[in-house]
Amino acid sequence: MAAVHFNNVTLGYDRHPAVHHLNGEVASGALVAVVGPNGAGKSTLLRGIVGILRPLDGSIHLGGFDSRDIAYLPQSAEIDRSFPISVFDFVATGLWRATGLFGGIGKAARDKILHAIASVGLNGFENRPLGTLSGGQMQRVLFARVLLQDARLIVLDEPFNAIDSKTTTDLLALVKHWHGEGRTVLAALHDMEMVRTHFSETLVLARGPVAWGPTAEVLTPENLMVAMRMCEAFDDSAAACAADNARARAA
Amino acid sequence: MVHDALIGPFTEFEFMRRALAAVIALSLAGAPIGVFLMLRRMSLVGDAMAHAILPGAAVGFLLSGLNLFAMTAGGLIAGFAVAILAGVVSRSTGLKEDASLATFYLASLALGVTIVSIKGTNIDLLHVLFGNILAMDDQTLLVVAFNATVTLLVLAVIYRPLVIESVDPLFLRTVSPAGGPAHLAFLALVVINLVNGFQALGTLLAVGLMILPAGIARFWTRDLTMMICIAVVAAAASGYAGLVLSFQTRVPSGPAIILVATVLYIVSVLFGRVGGIVRQLFPGRHLEA
Repeated sequence: MAAVHFNNVTLGYDRHPAVHHLNGEVASGALVAVVGPNGAGKSTLLRGIVGILRPLDGSIHLGGFDSRDIAYLPQSAEIDRSFPISVFDFVATGLWRATGLFGGIGKAARDKILHAIASVGLNGFENRPLGTLSGGQMQRVLFARVLLQDARLIVLDEPFNAIDSKTTTDLLALVKHWHGEGRTVLAALHDMEMVRTHFSETLVLARGPVAWGPTAEVLTPENLMVAMRMCEAFDDSAAACAADNARARAA
Repeated sequence: MVHDALIGPFTEFEFMRRALAAVIALSLAGAPIGVFLMLRRMSLVGDAMAHAILPGAAVGFLLSGLNLFAMTAGGLIAGFAVAILAGVVSRSTGLKEDASLATFYLASLALGVTIVSIKGTNIDLLHVLFGNILAMDDQTLLVVAFNATVTLLVLAVIYRPLVIESVDPLFLRTVSPAGGPAHLAFLALVVINLVNGFQALGTLLAVGLMILPAGIARFWTRDLTMMICIAVVAAAASGYAGLVLSFQTRVPSGPAIILVATVLYIVSVLFGRVGGIVRQLFPGRHLEA
């Protein structure tokens, strides 16, 4: 059973495609790395999967679960860290699915929250305001929230950017733990060494899909070169996509 | 002597008691709204909305005098018209929301002043612009209290999504569709409380009893709940002290209330525990960890 199914999906902004004609599926329980140069459409693809961005064309099907079964960790989280909220309260929002608008947070839920905070190594930080955390600590907090969301599909957008090696190791262990629990994990990554060592499946993206399969076969210098050569800039005078025209004529 | 100055006016005169009750009701509802306006970086949006609702309130005022029901209804219609128009224009053209809001609220303000000055007298205009809390009748006081109650109830309902949307809007979008409705409900509360402050403070200063207390509270705590409590107390204290000041001198009541709040604000900026200037200048020796 596929967790995510891409059906000739094109995602983009203002009619310009950032992900172009992607087909394929992510098996349930897979641990997939999405790699590619800057501007390759990695973040766009992830935004499409979690439903923040609607496809320009084609579709993305989620295998039998709705958007609430997805935990999404965005790249440059638009988080207002000056807002007066404690680490505990912030992590607790991960329980939204269970609590909703009014649900209380009882003893069991409190324990869960404290446990999540402890799992990311932030014991004692419960009452600290968000604004006092370092970048790495903030990333740990975000992972704690993902942990509480208890989602079947976990989507991480460059989760280890600007994070030191100790924190990376800790958080990577969590990712592998999720994989071990049978959750489907997709992560956009830059560190090829990490991808080779820890991720079994890789999608090399450069607007269009370059290669997709077992990491050892896919992550070759040739494929990466192809991906690197991809033109980054939108062409303002680009014509309507020819592939689409052909399909329109056929229909 | 002190008793005569501070408590006397309220035991002696019914209009002072009514004014005090009104200002406390306004504080209870307006200050929490102000805290969220500030934390969502919408302080000036509140100000713009105060101008935007003028034509609606003015039409209500001209049709039925200083009747808060009519003025609230008119203000809500005008406020939503401006908010929605600005939202539609910015979403369909890519113009930033603050730019389109500025256009519409200025147009709305011009329209409002025109309506009042063509149909009403200068006294009417002054009344709408600056209010008069000392002329509050029982019915108006009840409306103020009613609006405050509604505000607190609605705020309780939308509190959680409102907080999450302020901190991490993207997250809320991935888990729940409640963000949009919560934002709209919050805008409605802003308008309701602005109109609520009309009688007491007038259109121009109504937003003051929301924003200034929030600014004061920001300098004393890093906790949201405490921040809301401090803002409410600061607003009520400013209201009380402003009324006393206004009674003992010839300062009009609305400006007196806002001036007292301003003094509290300056004290907070100087001596506040969180980021106050004196604290920053003399932080004490650095800590061990």
